[in-house]
Amino acid sequence: MTRLRARRHSSRDVVVLSIGLGVAIGVNVAFIWGPTLASIVLSGTDWNGISEIRWVGVENYHDLATSYPPFWTAVRNNVLWLAFLGLVATPFGLFCAVLLDRRIRFSRLYQGALYLPVVLSLAVVGFIAQLVYSQDYGVLNAVTGRETDWLGDPSVNIWVVMVAAAWRHVGYVMIIYLAGLKAVDPALKEAAAIDGASETQAFFRVVFPTLRPINVIVLVITVIEALRAFDIVYAINKGRNGLELLSVLVTENIVGEASRIGFGSAIAVVLLVISMGFIIVYLTQLFREER
Amino acid sequence: MTHPLPMSRRTMLQNSLLGAAAFGVPAILAGCSNPADQGTPGTGGAAARGTVSVGSNASDEVPKKALQTVVQAFTQADVKINTVDHNTFQENINRYLQGRPDDVFTWFAGYRMRFFAEQGLATDISDVWQGIGADYTPAFKQAATGSDGKQYFVPFTYYPWAVFYRKSVWEEKGYAVPKTLDEFTALATKMKSDGLVPIAFADKDGWPAMGTFDIVNMRVNGYDFHISLMAGKESWTDPRVKQVFDTWRGLLEHHQPGANGRTWQEAAQSLQQKKTGMYLLGMFVAQQFPESDLDDLDFFAFPEINPQFGQDSVEAPIDGYMISAKARNVEGAKQLLKHLASAASQNVATKLDPGTLAASSKADTSGYSALQKRGAELVSQAAHISQFLDRDTRPDFASTVMIPALQRFIGKPDDIDALLKDIEAQKTNIFR
Repeated sequence: MTRLRARRHSSRDVVVLSIGLGVAIGVNVAFIWGPTLASIVLSGTDWNGISEIRWVGVENYHDLATSYPPFWTAVRNNVLWLAFLGLVATPFGLFCAVLLDRRIRFSRLYQGALYLPVVLSLAVVGFIAQLVYSQDYGVLNAVTGRETDWLGDPSVNIWVVMVAAAWRHVGYVMIIYLAGLKAVDPALKEAAAIDGASETQAFFRVVFPTLRPINVIVLVITVIEALRAFDIVYAINKGRNGLELLSVLVTENIVGEASRIGFGSAIAVVLLVISMGFIIVYLTQLFREER
Repeated sequence: MTHPLPMSRRTMLQNSLLGAAAFGVPAILAGCSNPADQGTPGTGGAAARGTVSVGSNASDEVPKKALQTVVQAFTQADVKINTVDHNTFQENINRYLQGRPDDVFTWFAGYRMRFFAEQGLATDISDVWQGIGADYTPAFKQAATGSDGKQYFVPFTYYPWAVFYRKSVWEEKGYAVPKTLDEFTALATKMKSDGLVPIAFADKDGWPAMGTFDIVNMRVNGYDFHISLMAGKESWTDPRVKQVFDTWRGLLEHHQPGANGRTWQEAAQSLQQKKTGMYLLGMFVAQQFPESDLDDLDFFAFPEINPQFGQDSVEAPIDGYMISAKARNVEGAKQLLKHLASAASQNVATKLDPGTLAASSKADTSGYSALQKRGAELVSQAAHISQFLDRDTRPDFASTVMIPALQRFIGKPDDIDALLKDIEAQKTNIFR
């Protein structure tokens, strides 16, 4: 009881707390929840930014699903993007980190080369990708003597663009894992080796589990990178013709001269729902651990 | 976003970086309404009517200089030019006009002008037109007239679209200008056998293919149907529209393949390098030609398809000026528009920017380059002038429906019925 009483806040504490919390909550509401709710409300309207706002209910969602071909392409591309980063680029980054951690010769050089793209913004990666993939002037066609329309063919372009995005993502993931691996106690590996574990076993059974906190960070980074992908496709062809992403469609409809604010908001809400799915899964995991 | 001329003069880098930063843009625009930056004071000492501010999208060097030079000759008021990046200006036009716009702003003729006039964001300048009306042909006046019959726009310069080619290549191979679709196809086949790609083509940026659609539609179905289709009054599943795509599909095999991955600059360079035989584009194609090759560049009007319409239409987007509804110095702004409408002003501009032609019929064409003279002739012979797909229809329809649709057609030309059904469904949603 005495302990509880000691924790009771004085009126000054209450003032300080409410100012501190109040500012945080105020900022949060004004810049996060306010716009979010506004998007949700606007997604039920037809509005061009000038005329009267007209309430249309779920019509925008219906149009989106039934008669807006870029939408499903964008959903598919976002999922592909996530899968590609999560299942190909991230494991490859881990693989590079493990190799580099073994102090092979020139490892500093490899490390630098792999990490270099990370300092570039994705928009810049987009320009580099064009220099490589352009049909008439690209390095790839020039070297291989092919005539493939890498960026214009909608069945190919998303893959080559994901490779370009992964080029950057691999370095990012690698450097995080490398830091994690350096922190793993070498005694653990030694002990495993003495117990007769092969190197593969030692890695998967001993080292990898100790990397758990790093894995969570990498997972979150991967999901964020996949959902916010925008600049690279926008730099290449404004995210059209096979390179549609939800983020691009939102911009295309709202920001441009088009000003289909209601319709664009509906796409934004879809993106919000998808993000929420990941956020909820992540947070429940996190809280379960803490308990 | 979808405007031909300015895209042309911009490097890819600038273009996309600015596009990516578009979220932050309203602030920039708001800042620019403050007539402090980039001012170009008029030479008039009296400044009787105060200051007129001009919101300009002429962010590229050549048109920017042209406007500054023209405005320097305006003596009735001080003029402050606030230049904003071209694409940024367009993408934010809604917010710009509702916020604190400049007195005068650069804009485009056609539906794109009417749209803002209808929303009450532009000032009626019919009184200005009483003074300048005699300087313009009826087609130009029509392009400056809102749906309520009043004028809201002063045409300044324009540039025609046509099929460009290199005279030297054609002379060497003995090609003749085709007058009909059959001759056009025959010529293309001949070019192919001569080892040329007949028709250069690019649509990576989404808008260049609109030019092909427009001209084929106007040749097949005539100007009136085209405009009515653009206004959302016709059905896209109409057999007449299908015929346009069928005709286009027939021509597509003569086009440079892989157009969705190519910029118009690259396609224009292929023409310049004599790898392709001809290219349907605006007169700005000349920008990709070095000075020494410019005399070798010539063009012809797109051939006749339906004898009923012959070659009576030409696509020639008009750029000009409007007064915003919130203008503070309306009187000064109107004086400035009169100045911009004068033949003398437009002569100065077309001299500095040879990719454009003067809109005024009183303009002195003796200073034109050979290409400009031919361009002016082409347009003066046309009974109808269209503006370009993204200027003749709603901006949301052009950018969110037509760009993906045309790219899809180029990628899969055999899927016309499903494509048109999709366009029609989206059109119904947008034009409701």
